[in-house]
Amino acid sequence: MTAPSSATALEGAVTTHPTPLRKRLIRAGRPTLAMAPFLIYTFLGLGIPTLAVINLAFRDENGKLSTSNLHLISQGIYRIGFENSFKLALLTSIIPGILGVILAYTIQTSRSGLLRRLVATASGVLANFGGVNLTFMFIATLGSSGLLTAWLNVIKLNPWHYGFNLYSFYGVAFVYMYFQIPLMVLIITPALGGLRKSWREAAENMGASTFGYWRHVGIPVLLPSVLGAMLLLFGSAFAAYATAESLTTGIIALAPIQIGVVLNGNVVAGQTHVGYAIAFGMLVILSVTMILYGLVRKRASKWLR
Amino acid sequence: MASIGDFITQEEAGIEPPMPLAGARKRRRRFSMWRFIVLLVAGAYFLIPIFAGLKFSLQNIAGRFSFQAIENLPSAPGFSSAFWLSMRLAIATLVVSVLLMVPTTIYVHLRLPRMRRLMEFITILPIVIPPIVIIAGILPAAPLWAKASPYLLSFLYVILSMPFIYRSLDAGLSAIDLKTLVEASRSLGASWLRTLTQVILPNLRPALLSAMVLTLALVLGEFTMASLDLWSTIPVWIVQFNTATDGHVQTAASMMGLVGTWVFLTVIVSIDRSESRKSRRRTGAL
Repeated sequence: MTAPSSATALEGAVTTHPTPLRKRLIRAGRPTLAMAPFLIYTFLGLGIPTLAVINLAFRDENGKLSTSNLHLISQGIYRIGFENSFKLALLTSIIPGILGVILAYTIQTSRSGLLRRLVATASGVLANFGGVNLTFMFIATLGSSGLLTAWLNVIKLNPWHYGFNLYSFYGVAFVYMYFQIPLMVLIITPALGGLRKSWREAAENMGASTFGYWRHVGIPVLLPSVLGAMLLLFGSAFAAYATAESLTTGIIALAPIQIGVVLNGNVVAGQTHVGYAIAFGMLVILSVTMILYGLVRKRASKWLR
Repeated sequence: MASIGDFITQEEAGIEPPMPLAGARKRRRRFSMWRFIVLLVAGAYFLIPIFAGLKFSLQNIAGRFSFQAIENLPSAPGFSSAFWLSMRLAIATLVVSVLLMVPTTIYVHLRLPRMRRLMEFITILPIVIPPIVIIAGILPAAPLWAKASPYLLSFLYVILSMPFIYRSLDAGLSAIDLKTLVEASRSLGASWLRTLTQVILPNLRPALLSAMVLTLALVLGEFTMASLDLWSTIPVWIVQFNTATDGHVQTAASMMGLVGTWVFLTVIVSIDRSESRKSRRRTGAL
């Protein structure tokens, strides 16, 4: 009951000694002032480049509004680039997604606390470990003179003799799994933790078999979370540039790599803006992915929080 | 999605227990065999490349064990300038991102809780908008003086680091009773600066440190923006270094990045743990 009385006392003080206008203005402007550096910074670093990409995607060489760039990327090699990127992202979100759930479930139900902590830290580091370092590690492993290649060669299973090529589409997909699986483990572990033991006990008490439990309780509850995590994996693979570029030196047609090629000036005269059109296309696809993620997450939070 | 069901049913279905106890035991045994296989395969997939990378770094051209690659690294043409460039960019990125994010996040937690959703949204954007798109958009938009400076990269790395910096600061601030701490400190007569440095920051230290290590790892490993902005940072140097001379040097440089991050993370975490144990002992003695 002290709060109201002190509030009225404060009000009284304010009315008897009105604060100078300048001070009141400063007080009212303080939230704006405090947020300003962050908002200005993110506008310059995120807003400006996004707007520039959208603007330049719709302009021709002479700066006139035109859809010729978008027309260009909807066919030929640029279309193939998008298709390959889409396939690669789909492949490296579904397979690592499933493997990640299996791994996370195995770890989650393990009784060893050490194992759980170890995997948690390792996932954190490996999920952010992409790019050049990963490329060279895999060349040392599965390159034509890599360590694992040599081991497999001893037992006459050299993958290079069976059509495997590290510097190809499937090679890139195999390398992507190295950061996609830890990412999946990282995202899905909290959701697996939300699967309550009492649900299983309740199901078993009512006569459900293990299969019945998973069919009617476990999978329906987890499905939205798993789908959501796979959408994030899709975005991560679709946007990745460094690993594919350093591994294949840019020879496979993927949308991000084609942006890099255009930016480096390797482009037919009169098509210099095609890079922005590809970037715009990527933005559209990634925005759709994130909107779907938002919808799926809403559904997931119904049971798991 | 059927595959998850397959996995689970393969491992556990068909074991309809005639007697609950025996069934449960049998199920557990089969399950532990599954666990063993999963962990073995995962361990092989994640550890063999690390082992291969380390082994390759510690070999000479003849394939024998030697520290030659690591010894040759500092004198390799272009390495030292790439190394110092990466270090300067890392320091600038860390300083700017701490100065920008720490006060803003604390202020939002303390006074503008409504803005938390907005900050969360903005700081997740760098995950949605890929680095390749950001650099493609900034190059035609930035003024010439900015493009001429390598610190344009630091400016962008701060943006890329926002997802983890904000998330760990947010988690750290949610875990403490910020309002009570600040009110207590202020009513005991401490200034705002003193409240920040002696009350809030010590509580945030573990969260802030791990986010800073991740940021450091990000800056030292970032290739996309640096290569398209034509600055020879460590990763760009590794890719451009002439393979014909010695591939072992490149692998050694890559592996040092991974090992370095891990060592740094472990050291920081253990220092932090022993510090907090010390301070706990101190307060216990009081």
